[in-house]
Amino acid sequence: MAQQPQAGGGNSRAGTKKELPEHFKAYKHVWVAVEMEHGAVHSVSFELLGEGRKLADKRGVELAAVVMGESRAELDAAAAQCFEYSADLVYLAQDPALAHYRNETACQVLTHLVNTYKPEILLLGATNLGRDLAGSVATTLATGLTADCTELEIDEEGSLAATRPTFGGSLLCTIFTLNFRPQMATVRPRVMPMPARQEGRSGRIIEYSPAINEADIITKVLDFIADRDSDKASLPYADIVVAGGLGLRSAENFQLVKNLAEVLGAEYGGSRPLVQKGWITADRQIGQTGKTIRPKLYIAAGISGAIQHRVGVEGADLILAINTDPKAPIFEFAHLGIVADAVTLLPALTEAFANRLRINRLAS
Amino acid sequence: MNQPLHSVVCIKQVPDSAQIRVHPVTNTIMRQGVPTIINPYDLFALEEALRLRDRFGGKVTVLCMGPMTAEDSLRKALTFGADRAVLLSDRYFAGSDTLATSYALSMALLQIAREFGAPDIIFTGKQTIDGDTAQVGPGIAKRLGYNQLTYISKIRDLDPDGGALVVERRAEGGTQVLQTKLPVLITMLEGSNEMRRGSIETALAAARAQVTIWNAAAVGIEDLTRCGLRGSPTIVKKVFAPGARSEKAAMIGAEATPEASAHAVIDAIFGRMPAIEAQLFETAAQAAY
Ligand SMILES: Cc1cc2nc3c(=O)[nH]c(=O)nc-3n(C[C@H](O)[C@H](O)[C@H](O)COP(=O)(O)OP(=O)(O)OC[C@H]3O[C@@H](n4cnc5c(N)ncnc54)[C@H](O)[C@@H]3O)c2cc1C
Ligand SMILES: Nc1ncnc2c1ncn2[C@@H]1O[C@H](COP(=O)(O)O)[C@@H](O)[C@H]1O
Repeated sequence: MAQQPQAGGGNSRAGTKKELPEHFKAYKHVWVAVEMEHGAVHSVSFELLGEGRKLADKRGVELAAVVMGESRAELDAAAAQCFEYSADLVYLAQDPALAHYRNETACQVLTHLVNTYKPEILLLGATNLGRDLAGSVATTLATGLTADCTELEIDEEGSLAATRPTFGGSLLCTIFTLNFRPQMATVRPRVMPMPARQEGRSGRIIEYSPAINEADIITKVLDFIADRDSDKASLPYADIVVAGGLGLRSAENFQLVKNLAEVLGAEYGGSRPLVQKGWITADRQIGQTGKTIRPKLYIAAGISGAIQHRVGVEGADLILAINTDPKAPIFEFAHLGIVADAVTLLPALTEAFANRLRINRLAS
Repeated sequence: MNQPLHSVVCIKQVPDSAQIRVHPVTNTIMRQGVPTIINPYDLFALEEALRLRDRFGGKVTVLCMGPMTAEDSLRKALTFGADRAVLLSDRYFAGSDTLATSYALSMALLQIAREFGAPDIIFTGKQTIDGDTAQVGPGIAKRLGYNQLTYISKIRDLDPDGGALVVERRAEGGTQVLQTKLPVLITMLEGSNEMRRGSIETALAAARAQVTIWNAAAVGIEDLTRCGLRGSPTIVKKVFAPGARSEKAAMIGAEATPEASAHAVIDAIFGRMPAIEAQLFETAAQAAY
């Protein structure tokens, strides 16, 4: 049997007023913990750098990225990308034990860097990797962590204001970590826009060799089975998305959404209840606990527009809502709306689009 | 490990989200009368623990922190076949964020270790449907120094005697196969199994069972400032309804027929966004050749 577990963590006392303890006053700068799997940087890290840049500028501090891995060539390439996405500084941790993501090693490295260089804000992607790491780093540092933020701001007092949907279907809440550092937050992929890349921009690198003894690490990665391409719905990156909700009334009617998507060369998806009913698979769910999308055009048929759905689609350039209820909340954030029965309008739309595309093709 | 396998499953009682209502004027959540359920994600964790017990023997303890009414959820877990249930309940826990929650739960887990034997595997769900943070599991693992295994879709092998364990973990873009050692904390991925129905025997046993109820003092918490609101570094300062966009949706009038409406919709889309029109025509033209 293993050793008796022990409870740890700092002796914390939270307050609702900002009374930042003296030893936290040295904490400065905004950091993004960069996510790397198999040599490539996850795009959520670039999105976070874009957001981190704004926060850093507002605070008048630097923006740093933390990269960790095994191969120096891959790490250098990642650092170069981070600079082009506006990092001023990269902390580069290199060690053979960091070849694959493991909680033990990653948590150890990130915690060490935070304790040494003291950032005031630390951002991570709300991916499986980011959530795995953020939860354990926040606990080790005994600081606050806000998950799945949809908006990050600096308030008048210079604190991080992290906004996320809260339980109940229609509310947002703004969360602060006033008296602990760093202030930590995770953000899902595609929630923040992809920032512009500044070719040739560079910055400083601070190296760290953690000298991890592999024999001390209990968990070993035996294998990695990559998903087949067909398993990856490209929903988050699609230019056009057509989605349906409970207003479609039946699984059969969901076919109308797929038909329109096909004519438009679009991806399709739906609201969460459709996953629960088994009309669509979980990887097609759009919203807070599903995929966040940023298409040029989003067509929502029979979806009410609950906050958990809204936060997943608000980045779309043009939202068209089809709903029988003129008071449906979706009309508050859609750009175009029509009060109509989706079950009859969708096939008509599919045909009208098909006709126009055909006529245009004949004419050209 | 020579004693039988001991798993503890952390379950949370949550409002049934399908039935939650928000007060139209005050925007506050109306909890009265909202039925509660076991957090759906936690059932995958419970089922996995029960399967391990079926294979290797041992005991499954369920642990819940919540108000006294959360005893219902624990009893429900007993009807599925859990062996014992612990309710951690104290008004000092009210308002806990994830750091304070993982502190209280880890103290209860230490008390479970003292009274019933140290857990070999602590299970949690992937996340809750109300807090929705996925932070409490990792928090407990760190505090107790357990190996942390999140988003586990399958337990491939377990050697209860040697303590070796091989699991499949949902990672970005693929599945990691990990080998590790007990004790571990596992957060179980949804869809990884299907909850069994309880039997008559388990239902009878559940009806007779005593739920162990502990307050902060009973699990050895001396410093109450680490609990509840005071022990929570995060502060919710503002709860608000999202505003409408400054410019409301331009409404397209429905025409006499769906066909006419469809054309009006397409004109509106193309009018707003000529780029989409051009892109569609281009892809259609390409597809034609
Ligand atoms: C923690 C949490 C996380 C969640 N995450 C997500 C998430 O990621 N994604 C998500 O989508 N939801 C999520 N939800 C659920 C969300 O709160 C809503 O319940 C859900 O989005 C509603 O789905 P819906 O719009 O399809 O159904 P409903 O709210 O039932 O709306 C159906 C709409 O269809 C309209 N309608 C009816 N008939 C027709 C017709 N013939 N033609 C056109 N319109 C019609 C109705 O007027 C209504 O507006 C989450 C909830 C919680 C608590
Ligand atoms: N109050 C609680 N009592 C017991 N388990 C909990 C509690 N809160 C969270 N958990 C466990 O931690 C998991 C993650 O919760 P969360 O971090 O809130 O998303 C849940 O699936 C539960 O297994």
